[in-house]
Amino acid sequence: MKEKTSFMKRPGAQTFIASVICALLGIVLGFFILLAMNPAHAFEGMYDILKNFFKYSNSSTTMMYYFGSTLVKSVPLILCAEAILFAYKAGLFNIGAAGQYTVGLMASLYTAIALGWNWFFCVLAAIAAGALWGFFAGFLKSKFNVNEVIAGIMLNWIALYLTNIVLGGEKVMNQSKSETYNLLSVNKGALLPEFLKEVFGNNQYMTIAIPITIIVALLIQFVLNKTTFGYELKATGHNKDAAKYAGMNAQRNIILTLVISGAIAGMAASMYYLTGIEHYKIASSVPGMGFNGIAVAFLGGLNPIGAILAGFFVEYITLGGQYLNTTYFNPQVADLMVAIIIYLCGFVLFLKHVMNKVGKTKVVSAATNANAEEKEAK
Amino acid sequence: MEDYVIEMLHITKEFPGIIANDDITLQLKRGEIHALLGENGAGKSTLMSVLFGLYTPEKGVIKKDGKEVKINNPNDATALGIGMVHQHFMLVDIFSVLDNIILGAEPNKFGFLTKADARKKVLDLSEKYNLKVDPDAMVEDITVGMQQRVEILKMLYRDNDILIFDEPTAVLTPQEIEELMHIMKELAKEGKSILFITHKLNEIMEVADRCSILRKGKYIGTVDVANTTKEELSSMMVGRDVKFAVDKVEAKPKEEVLKVENVCVKSKLHKNDSVHNVSFNVRAGEIVCIAGIDGNGQTEFIGGLTGLDDISSGKITLCGEDITKKSIRYKNTHGMSHVPEDRHKHGLVLDYTVEENMILQRYFEPEFSKHGILKKDAMREYSDRLSEAFDVRSGKGSKSIARSMSGGNQQKAIIAREMDRDHKLLIAVQPTRGLDVGAIEYIHKEIVKERDNGAAILLVSLELDEVMNLSDRILVMYEGEIVGEVDPKKTTLQELGLYMSGAKRDDRKEA
Repeated sequence: MKEKTSFMKRPGAQTFIASVICALLGIVLGFFILLAMNPAHAFEGMYDILKNFFKYSNSSTTMMYYFGSTLVKSVPLILCAEAILFAYKAGLFNIGAAGQYTVGLMASLYTAIALGWNWFFCVLAAIAAGALWGFFAGFLKSKFNVNEVIAGIMLNWIALYLTNIVLGGEKVMNQSKSETYNLLSVNKGALLPEFLKEVFGNNQYMTIAIPITIIVALLIQFVLNKTTFGYELKATGHNKDAAKYAGMNAQRNIILTLVISGAIAGMAASMYYLTGIEHYKIASSVPGMGFNGIAVAFLGGLNPIGAILAGFFVEYITLGGQYLNTTYFNPQVADLMVAIIIYLCGFVLFLKHVMNKVGKTKVVSAATNANAEEKEAK
Repeated sequence: MEDYVIEMLHITKEFPGIIANDDITLQLKRGEIHALLGENGAGKSTLMSVLFGLYTPEKGVIKKDGKEVKINNPNDATALGIGMVHQHFMLVDIFSVLDNIILGAEPNKFGFLTKADARKKVLDLSEKYNLKVDPDAMVEDITVGMQQRVEILKMLYRDNDILIFDEPTAVLTPQEIEELMHIMKELAKEGKSILFITHKLNEIMEVADRCSILRKGKYIGTVDVANTTKEELSSMMVGRDVKFAVDKVEAKPKEEVLKVENVCVKSKLHKNDSVHNVSFNVRAGEIVCIAGIDGNGQTEFIGGLTGLDDISSGKITLCGEDITKKSIRYKNTHGMSHVPEDRHKHGLVLDYTVEENMILQRYFEPEFSKHGILKKDAMREYSDRLSEAFDVRSGKGSKSIARSMSGGNQQKAIIAREMDRDHKLLIAVQPTRGLDVGAIEYIHKEIVKERDNGAAILLVSLELDEVMNLSDRILVMYEGEIVGEVDPKKTTLQELGLYMSGAKRDDRKEA
């Protein structure tokens, strides 16, 4: 019994439980929506979404193929979440990740299609572009104290239109189909190297993006917890004044944090578009990846490893929507449901707070006092 | 039979692994001021939380007017007429004084606020108890003393007649403290019963009728203040005799360590300088104290000296080197240690552990990191050693989150860190603020030890006892200027007071 309490008190465990509850809550709420739309088939609909690619469990090749696709599509989402949580640890809310992702997309596709670069350099270009975009926000913040959220939103739109202009030309975009050329036909060298393709039912989109994502997450975990740089960033995030008192260079750290965050977001785009799974079409709104990354970062409890699980879950549900029977449900319903689940992801911190308050009947909420007493009693 | 308004009988409150309140009995008479005395972590806060309904005790009963009552949450407490002024005020900064007072008990008719009635009641109360406030001022614009009066009015507005003051003087200037003492007496005279949590003995002697003492969760006793002495109270509180005077030998000042010349610092509030032309020096082996009433430029001056704020003109020399324009990091690593005034704002990263806080200015040094990677073992070892040496006590040792520690232990951790760092100059700003006698005694001893080890010490303090006891030279700051330099052995409190209030000033030669 005693052990269980101490487990519940661990912040990591609390976050994990809160995240799971949020995810379940989202699913339940989604079910109610299906119920409202078509009561007779709601249960079946929910079942289809959750069953997802396990629908093909009789053919393991097909099932693994779709499992692979889910992984491929989780990659940019997870990386965007990593970018956001990294900045968040330093006390910065990088809503500009969406724009950094967009310029990353632009750089990787332009270098791949128009310039015919090799994948490695295309990825570097995307990282550089995202970093530059992050730098703008960081520079404005540290030099002119422009709130990074405001600068980020502005830069998101600039990124979008710039991308439309750069990728909209004849060199990159197939004017008759109004989407970017297929990498497979124009520059095979720009496609990311394959990874365990055979295991995943010969899914050609399975690339090194997947191990890279895991490496990036581990790297962030390492930087945040083991290095002096992470120590500085978190100190600044927790208490700016104390960081200043300690002689840390806040201005430099703000810029550096957003540059790194931007680089990760930029890389996220290249890790997706350079698989060839999707082509860019002229868009009138900023790609949602960067915004969904915020929800994923919170659902993952702002933990780099948690973000991997959260990103996969969100993508699983998103793609699950495709399995919904369209004769019973409007295809938009799937999107609506996913939106609600993502929305609820943002409630992890809130739920954790509630758990603290209610779960332990006043004891934890005043734990500070208790701890103070504890010491003296020794 | 005594007329007790509140009785807490045999209260026992346990937390996992520790008994915070062990069979404590506290009886509050009607119309008395009853002090609750104890060191940090003695169980005062827990006991008051029980009375206020934040905790449910395992054993014991609470009686109001002789009848047993159950207090399960703060609303029950309010319904019984129990009100509390917290140490950290619970006010909404961007609301007016009046709005703050009625918040939570808004008078209304059909859901519309009827502020006129409320205003009248507040004004009447403020007149009756001589609690001067401006009902229309924004809370963020008024002084700390007035904010406290707002808190008191909040209780009175709710017709509370049992008033709990949780360390109310910690944040006040000497004048405001005097005023508060006066108000408390006035309230008691009107029949209000007051519980006064504190560890300042002078205040107890001045204002309280009786005093109950707790130590390490146990009830030690209740005494009539009229029949006791400060010495008796303090030995009951800490369990041994405490010396009020600091033991120290004559200072043997050596070479000049810090030289400050004509330093001016711009004010953040108005156009003028908040520090003008401050010049002085501090030599190795002496304690120089800047005394003064709060808000006379001490904070700004220290900000300028340490680099937290910019100075607008002047020159600062440390050990012969001009450090006027150097970064904080440079100063930190070239002989300046700084115990900051606000330990939560500057001194600690509260969400970091003790060990992480111990290396706040040194994490990049080879001792604690290699190629940018922290050496966790070295951090732990170092933190354990400092905690041991400076008696920093916390629940989980070096792994404790700083936020979970008591104020005294937080301060000791900062002192430990700053004293252990290589330094020639130690700047200590109100190093004993809000601490209990035991901790104060300890910190004073450490500071004197530092001096005797040859460090130059610049102390900034608002506590006159501390100023008189600890310093070898006193500089008095008034409206941003050094108006006098006195020798603590030759001066009196009265003379110091004249300087501090601007009634007297030396014509000092430029240093």
